[in-house]
Amino acid sequence: MIALRCYTRIFDRSLFKIWAQLSVACLLLLFMAGASNTFDRYQQLGHHSLICTCGCGQILLECNHVGCTVSTQEEAELRTAIARGDSNQLILQDFVQKYGPTVLAAPPERGFDLVAWIAPGVVFLLAMFAAALVIRKWKLHTVAMPAEMATDPHTTAILDKVRKETEL
Amino acid sequence: MAAFGSFAILLGLVLCVYNFVVGAFALRQIAVHPHASFGPERLAESARRAGIGSFIALSAAAFALIYCAFTNDFSVSYILHHSNRALPWPYKFAALWSGQEGSLLLWAWLLAAYGFVLRVRHKVDVKLTAYASTILAGIQIFFTLLIVFPAPPFALVQGAVPADGFGLNPLLQYPEMVIHPPMLYLGYVGFSVPFAFALGALMMRYPGEKWIHITRRWTMVTWLFLTCGIFLGMHWAYAVLGWGGYWGWDPVENASLMPWLTGTAFLHSVMMQEKRGMMKSWNVWLIFTTFMLSILGTLLTRSGLVSSVHAFAESSIGTWFWVFLLIVLSVCLFTYILQRNHLQSEHKLESLVSRESSFLFNNLVLLAACFTILWGTLFPIISEYVEGSKVTVGPPFYDRVAVPIGIFLLFLTGIGPILAWRSTSFKSVRRNFLWPTIAGVVTALVLMAAGMRPWQDMGTLYSLMTFSLAALVITAAGSEFWRGARVIQRHTGKNMLLSLVQLTRRNTRRYGGYLVHIGVVIVFIGLAGSAFNQSKEQEMGFRDSMTIGPYRLVCLSYTQDSNANYDSEYELLNVYKNGKFLTRMAPERRFYHASQQTETMVANHSTLERDLYVVYEGRNQDTNQPIIKVIINPLVAWIWIGVVVMAFGTLLALVPNINADQATKPRKQVEEQEALPAGVGD
Repeated sequence: MIALRCYTRIFDRSLFKIWAQLSVACLLLLFMAGASNTFDRYQQLGHHSLICTCGCGQILLECNHVGCTVSTQEEAELRTAIARGDSNQLILQDFVQKYGPTVLAAPPERGFDLVAWIAPGVVFLLAMFAAALVIRKWKLHTVAMPAEMATDPHTTAILDKVRKETEL
Repeated sequence: MAAFGSFAILLGLVLCVYNFVVGAFALRQIAVHPHASFGPERLAESARRAGIGSFIALSAAAFALIYCAFTNDFSVSYILHHSNRALPWPYKFAALWSGQEGSLLLWAWLLAAYGFVLRVRHKVDVKLTAYASTILAGIQIFFTLLIVFPAPPFALVQGAVPADGFGLNPLLQYPEMVIHPPMLYLGYVGFSVPFAFALGALMMRYPGEKWIHITRRWTMVTWLFLTCGIFLGMHWAYAVLGWGGYWGWDPVENASLMPWLTGTAFLHSVMMQEKRGMMKSWNVWLIFTTFMLSILGTLLTRSGLVSSVHAFAESSIGTWFWVFLLIVLSVCLFTYILQRNHLQSEHKLESLVSRESSFLFNNLVLLAACFTILWGTLFPIISEYVEGSKVTVGPPFYDRVAVPIGIFLLFLTGIGPILAWRSTSFKSVRRNFLWPTIAGVVTALVLMAAGMRPWQDMGTLYSLMTFSLAALVITAAGSEFWRGARVIQRHTGKNMLLSLVQLTRRNTRRYGGYLVHIGVVIVFIGLAGSAFNQSKEQEMGFRDSMTIGPYRLVCLSYTQDSNANYDSEYELLNVYKNGKFLTRMAPERRFYHASQQTETMVANHSTLERDLYVVYEGRNQDTNQPIIKVIINPLVAWIWIGVVVMAFGTLLALVPNINADQATKPRKQVEEQEALPAGVGD
């Protein structure tokens, strides 16, 4: 009985119309999402992950050499791989196998190449830490000035004069 | 003329050797036997004059090479390979630096020119200048040796002399290329002078900080040249290379940026030595590093060690640079170890919240940026050594690693100048930071309300942070000007504009520095625009149109042209913005006869808001229709404006201060209730 009720409700004319509209909308959304995803992936890989291997050293989609056959071929291969539904990782692997590791625009984040990414941050943090230690050491060695010197009216007046003359 | 040029170089070498050997001997004698009967002072004077003579000799050599280019003397191999009869005259002049041999001659000549100025102005401090002149002569010997042995610019063509030359690289046939390389070289070479003074001062245990006062102008002028050289190179890449960008993180670009970063750090940290007698060892090593990075950059570009589109042909010259670099490092290390007790700090840091600590952090951030760039440039070589295969370290690496450092640096640019020397009170921090912080936060909120979504991607996040920090820094610097000018206004009764001028003239170094900071901020605003680039590419035949952003481009015609130097193909495009005619653009592609190379000539319509950048990419072989690529680059014009502001600020900082008593004539007594700017007298 329940199934029959559902069946009649689904095929109720007004409801059916809504169902049909929703389905078309969902299909369109899926299609559009897919299209956008394909375009985004092409842009992402072409602008951020791969370079042209003709020797110009430019990002793949930015290679502007007139008649550069290498970038044209690589761009076509990228489009085909994306259309085939290959994952980004697989596409990059295929490119590395075919053109060597220099086709990647940046070192891969694994193995020894990971050092490329880590070293600048580590050096920066170590430098900051060293600076903090130096400042701390200096501060510990700084002799506190007697309070009288700072409040001495004559010195304060001279300091004020110096500030005024040097500052303005 | 080739024989004359070769002879002039040889004479220059002999004079440099004399300057170095006799100068060093005389200085040694003055130090050990100051009253020797043979008169070491006279020997030192003859060494100085030999140094001046070397400039005249190398000037003659440079003139000879340019003369060969103008007279189409293709018996000289260098002229044959870098010039041709149809080459326009300004580019014949530029042939001097368009190849390995000529550019090394230019380097040697510029070094001799700097040495000439230094030696002529020796009365500033005779003894210190004598040391610096001798060290400079040592550097001159190296560069002159290069143009005598591995890279002689006057080498003759073997066999029959061709009727015409092979022409200049088309990429170099652009007006900016006539000034960009000399500017860059003036920057690179110029750091030799503060280096020579620093090393000389250390060798002679120079008392006090006078050497810093003497070299300050040299360093600033050099820094200005390097800054202009780098940005001219960026503009050239943007206008000529046709890929839509201005900085590709190429090893050669990186090589110019590294000494700029350490030089900038030096310019900041010497203030701590001048004001407080601190960081003496640090400063000495900063200038040593800057000079060595200039040499390393040259080594990278000329040895074929790293691949770059800018690099010169691979040659044996790299070995010479390695040896020279090792000698320089050894001399610096040896001198430092020997004299390091002379570099004891006179004061210690008193507070974390002070101008000194901000300079310290600024230095560390600049050096971290320099290390990141050096690391990225050298990593392909390291990776090849360790793993056996080379990797590419391209823009995505630098975007992720160097951009955050740059943003942190921008933050320090804002807070540094509003902290006082020695220590800053909480009250002062609150007073000086309130408005800049409000400006930064409000800017971020307004931009987010206007549609910027920083959580969408890192590019937008970085851009938002940059705009927000830019507002903070400009407000901080602006408030320093405003508060200072207001006090002067009260003293003198002048209007605000005149008070501002007077304030700046009374401490040009400080307010020039603020202007440089504002220029840097403007450059950062321009760089942040790159997160919003758009591009489109399509075939555009007669009456075809393309829409991108608010623009619609319509093809009016496409045709060909020819002259003695090149053939060209170009397309005429009418550009409409929001339906109204805006401009006509003509992107072009040229084919140079002599070098048999093609080159794109970009058409660019630049406004403060965005650049409309149009590239003629060639023709589709199947349809014979032109392919046009259009890129919208937001805010690029701000970069070039920022550089002009930076240059103006630096020039202002070079102008001597006017006397405070002359400038201020109090009209009435004013109660000194006014809040004073944070820093005192820098």
